Amino acid sequence: MSAYWKANQRRLAPWMFLAPGLAIFALYVIIPIFQSIWYSFYDWDGLSPPVWIGTANYVELTTDPNMVTSFWNNLIWLLLYMLAVPLGLFIAIFLNQTVRGIRIYKSLFFFPFVISQVVVGLIFSWFYAPNFGPLYLLIEQVTGKGVALLADPDLVTYGIIAAGLWPQIAYVMILYLTGLNNVAPDQVEAARLDGAKGWRMLWYVILPQLRPATFIAVVVTVIGALRSFDLVSIMTNGGPFGSSRVLSYYMYEQALSEYGYRMGYGAAIAVVLFAIMMVFISGFIWKMWRDEPER
Amino acid sequence: MVHLKTGALAFVAALLASTSAFAQARELKYYADFDPIPLAAFEALIVDFEAANPDVDVVLQNFDHEGYKTAIRNFLTADSPDLANWYAGNRMAPFVNAGQFQDVSDVWEANGLSDSLASAKASMTIDDKQWGVPYTYYQWGIYFNKDVYKSVGVEVPATWAGFVENCTKFKAAGIDCLTTGTKALWPAAGIFDYINMRTNGYEFHMDLTAGKIAWTDDRVKATFAEWAKIQPYITANHAALEWEEAAALMVQGKAANYVMGNFSVGNFKEGGMTNDTLGFMVFPEITPGIPRAEEAPTDTIHIPAGAKNVDDAKKFLAFVADADVQTKLNAALNQLPTNKNSSVNADDPFLVAGFEALSSAYALAQFFDRDAPAEMAKAGMEGFQQFMVQPEELDNILNRLEQVRGQVYK
Repeated sequence: MSAYWKANQRRLAPWMFLAPGLAIFALYVIIPIFQSIWYSFYDWDGLSPPVWIGTANYVELTTDPNMVTSFWNNLIWLLLYMLAVPLGLFIAIFLNQTVRGIRIYKSLFFFPFVISQVVVGLIFSWFYAPNFGPLYLLIEQVTGKGVALLADPDLVTYGIIAAGLWPQIAYVMILYLTGLNNVAPDQVEAARLDGAKGWRMLWYVILPQLRPATFIAVVVTVIGALRSFDLVSIMTNGGPFGSSRVLSYYMYEQALSEYGYRMGYGAAIAVVLFAIMMVFISGFIWKMWRDEPER
Repeated sequence: MVHLKTGALAFVAALLASTSAFAQARELKYYADFDPIPLAAFEALIVDFEAANPDVDVVLQNFDHEGYKTAIRNFLTADSPDLANWYAGNRMAPFVNAGQFQDVSDVWEANGLSDSLASAKASMTIDDKQWGVPYTYYQWGIYFNKDVYKSVGVEVPATWAGFVENCTKFKAAGIDCLTTGTKALWPAAGIFDYINMRTNGYEFHMDLTAGKIAWTDDRVKATFAEWAKIQPYITANHAALEWEEAAALMVQGKAANYVMGNFSVGNFKEGGMTNDTLGFMVFPEITPGIPRAEEAPTDTIHIPAGAKNVDDAKKFLAFVADADVQTKLNAALNQLPTNKNSSVNADDPFLVAGFEALSSAYALAQFFDRDAPAEMAKAGMEGFQQFMVQPEELDNILNRLEQVRGQVYK
């Protein structure tokens, strides 16, 4: 035993250190993924015995109008959430200067990311609220007729995304601020001597050095858009009449909410969402693998 | 040292004494989802019950109201109490069908409840057996702002046509004739239930919620045609409002009427309305001659299948069903007792009106989300909300509901 240990110590030790983490990851992430896939072939209310129905849940998904709405909303989320990246970069560059008290301004800009999404949702609900919300009153002042964003089926998703962008921009900003700290001053100096400034400086000198920050910013924004749930739940419950649903919220509604408990159908939605996420996640992993220097 | 020792001894003795005292009292575990006022009322009821049954110790575990709806699914299968709160009608069907609630027909039999709780019996019955005991219900109807009626100069309508005509006058005065807040969807169902029951009658409504009638049926369209008459006069942004926010509109005089349950009286009065300014009327007749049915959602107590102390649980159910107990309980709850031999507080005009409306009603419905299965209820309420925003989409809404009906009732 001890001879075997001595011979293989260097090979075994990393695995032993990894073991607790791997075990928990398997228990709480890997196994549930396969369980969800398994449940998606059943009709199950969580109480009675499950009934095997094959792919019927997936067939139903293809004709479910709520699924179509959720899917399109997720797409809108993905596209518009990407605005957080340029806007975060803009604010980061704006704040990347040495004036008196800049740290206070930086922390104020970072503030929305610190508060909980639930609080963000509530603040924006009041901001949009009919009859007393500031935005409603402003629109009423300007156009004569108030618009209750969260009651309008065509605008509601944009209203929620705007609320989501507020903390997301702050997050991206902080990523870029740390990135800007690492921009090599000698390169900037050299570029300046060569006469680069403004857009050209940003595009050819600064941005290439910010690539790692950009990569992380895109990753967290994509994941953030796909797992948007708290804001939808807090601000509209998916309403009015389901027009602000996204996949994650629809999954929750079907599987766990008051009128749901279609565990199998909810699991099928989860599998679809997982598949969409996998497209992005495998892309990211592939890129990280490719960029790994010591391979 | 000696002192410490005697002190410790006394402590141990006290411990022993207290455990033996507990050992004598049989524990009765009760899981519930009360808001503060009902919780106080039930704590008083439990004190009375323990006084009548000194050998039983009721342990009440109170849950958050919304969280309870999820929690009940877990504790019924995992760690079952002896008693659990739930609701009547189709809402209890999943638990009954999955064998999670016990048949308590013998409690009904032994205490003559079929007679004293006759009005609630149908909603407690599945497969000719009773699965729980109701302890309270409350009426729905139209609550209105008397001051607004006075300032616009209209009379409380006796008929649906009168109600619709009033709406045009409220509109001219810049007041919402009917307000509602459908962010949580269910307030929309109250309006549908009443218009449908008044247009097509109780039996039709029950058949519709039971999935026996197509949503594309002409009689359903007739219901929506009546609804369309008042649709332009409903508060515009109701989809973004909680029901309490809509109640505030009525308190402020920006809206005249509100189709609501009696629990809303507390909100109106907190906002400053009094018995002189807040009015209640039974929803007006639409199709002449149809027997008048009312909504009366019923709250109930059940014995889970996994209960350990079934004998005492049944004693508790019999106690809760008692006429005097329900009188006292509902006086504290500010709701209506389900036992017909109970009495209501004569000083509260809304309870008196409600008691009259329900006891003279032809039949009682539970509420759309308790009469219809969960999935149908959700789709239905979304459809109702959409109709009030986009009435021109009616055909699409009904087709979608009909599609859901095909999936839900198999």
